[in-house]
Amino acid sequence: MTVLNKRIAVEDAIADLKDEATVMFGGFGGVGSPPSFISAILKKGVKNLTVICNDAGFPAIGIGPLIVNNRVRRLIASHIGSNPVAGKQMTDGFLAVEFSPQGTLAERIRAGGTGLGGILTDIGIDNDMVRQGKKIVSLNGREYLAEEALSAEYAFIYGKTADEFGNIIYDKTARNMNPLMAMAADRTFAEVERIVPLGELDEEEVVTPGVFVEGVAETEGVNWKWVWES
Amino acid sequence: MGLGVIERERIAKRAAREIKSGMIVNLGIGIPSLVPNFLDPGTSVMIQSENGLLGIGESPEKGREDENLCNAAGWPVTVVKGASYFDSALSFGMIRKGAIDVTILGSLQVSQSGDLANWIVPGKKVPGMGGAMELAQKAKKVIVVMSHTDKNGAPKLVADCTLPLTAKGCVDMVITEKAVITIDSGGFVLKELMNEEDLDDVLRLTDGKVRIELPLS
Repeated sequence: MTVLNKRIAVEDAIADLKDEATVMFGGFGGVGSPPSFISAILKKGVKNLTVICNDAGFPAIGIGPLIVNNRVRRLIASHIGSNPVAGKQMTDGFLAVEFSPQGTLAERIRAGGTGLGGILTDIGIDNDMVRQGKKIVSLNGREYLAEEALSAEYAFIYGKTADEFGNIIYDKTARNMNPLMAMAADRTFAEVERIVPLGELDEEEVVTPGVFVEGVAETEGVNWKWVWES
Repeated sequence: MGLGVIERERIAKRAAREIKSGMIVNLGIGIPSLVPNFLDPGTSVMIQSENGLLGIGESPEKGREDENLCNAAGWPVTVVKGASYFDSALSFGMIRKGAIDVTILGSLQVSQSGDLANWIVPGKKVPGMGGAMELAQKAKKVIVVMSHTDKNGAPKLVADCTLPLTAKGCVDMVITEKAVITIDSGGFVLKELMNEEDLDDVLRLTDGKVRIELPLS
């Protein structure tokens, strides 16, 4: 029987998260990253995580604190420039970073979430670092890189409103990678501003159907200062 | 590197002349983000931001920022009428399909065959490519705005890029504090000088083949 009430406390959602886990976090420069899950994971003390995220956040914003506190050993992302600590850890050999062009990263995650083995794309085909180790596939006279799908044990995402089945709508540019990651993990937990009873969300507006979501927790709000706040 | 406010604004102002009503435009961080300030009144465009927004408006007034409404650099924006939000896969679907008419971005080097190197300095700076590869490869027109030389005075317009490429043969136009240069199969084409007396300087500080097609003044 389908569980129709997926409300969960933040601490319960992360209770089984272990060292070495592979975890996706939504967010783009911290916008749309789940602050309460990130704080709770920091407090729990898990380490040696493999993290998949658009970027490394800023040192105090988004997933940045997980990196600054040495919890992440491998990062799959499109950009780390806004978090100098990530760059330093990469140079020092503490953090292994796999760069994926942003759109390719998004599609790899979407593929992982929709039962596909990977995608074919010509993005980065002229770039030695991007094409390294990847199979080149010819199709209809054109060459593409075969890019593997990405999935994870956990996805921690951020939304605006969820209902008790886990249907989710997002807030403006805080959507970014969240709906893709929601599909791509064994266990997806959403942190949202508000949880409403079944029937209160407009079915036409649901972005992530609840079938992909194991639990929804109410956010305690952003606990960092944005770069634009003086 | 090290451009002053006046030079940065002059570059942005010149780049703004490349944008026509009806275009879908993506702007990078830095000088490109100044371009909307210089659009002619009445120029109606939709500005795309790869973090999931088509239809960026002006910056919000202080105190009216929305933390969930930001551009790709993480700074608060507003939206214009007719704007839309979408996820990252759709955003890059839009870009790869070729829906972006013009992208304006910064660069470390541009070669005479239009190669773009703007994402990595090996051993020094490894920020990651973000969405630059998709934009460079797939936007209908790629305009680079940058300083003419690097901080050591070495040319950034070069015969061949020495830095790892973002994408090959993608750059259509380069606007610097000294010149406007287009690129065709014959190499760089010097189209405009920011200051007429700079001709010798521009030729000396541009590495690679340069054809001069300055307007008769």
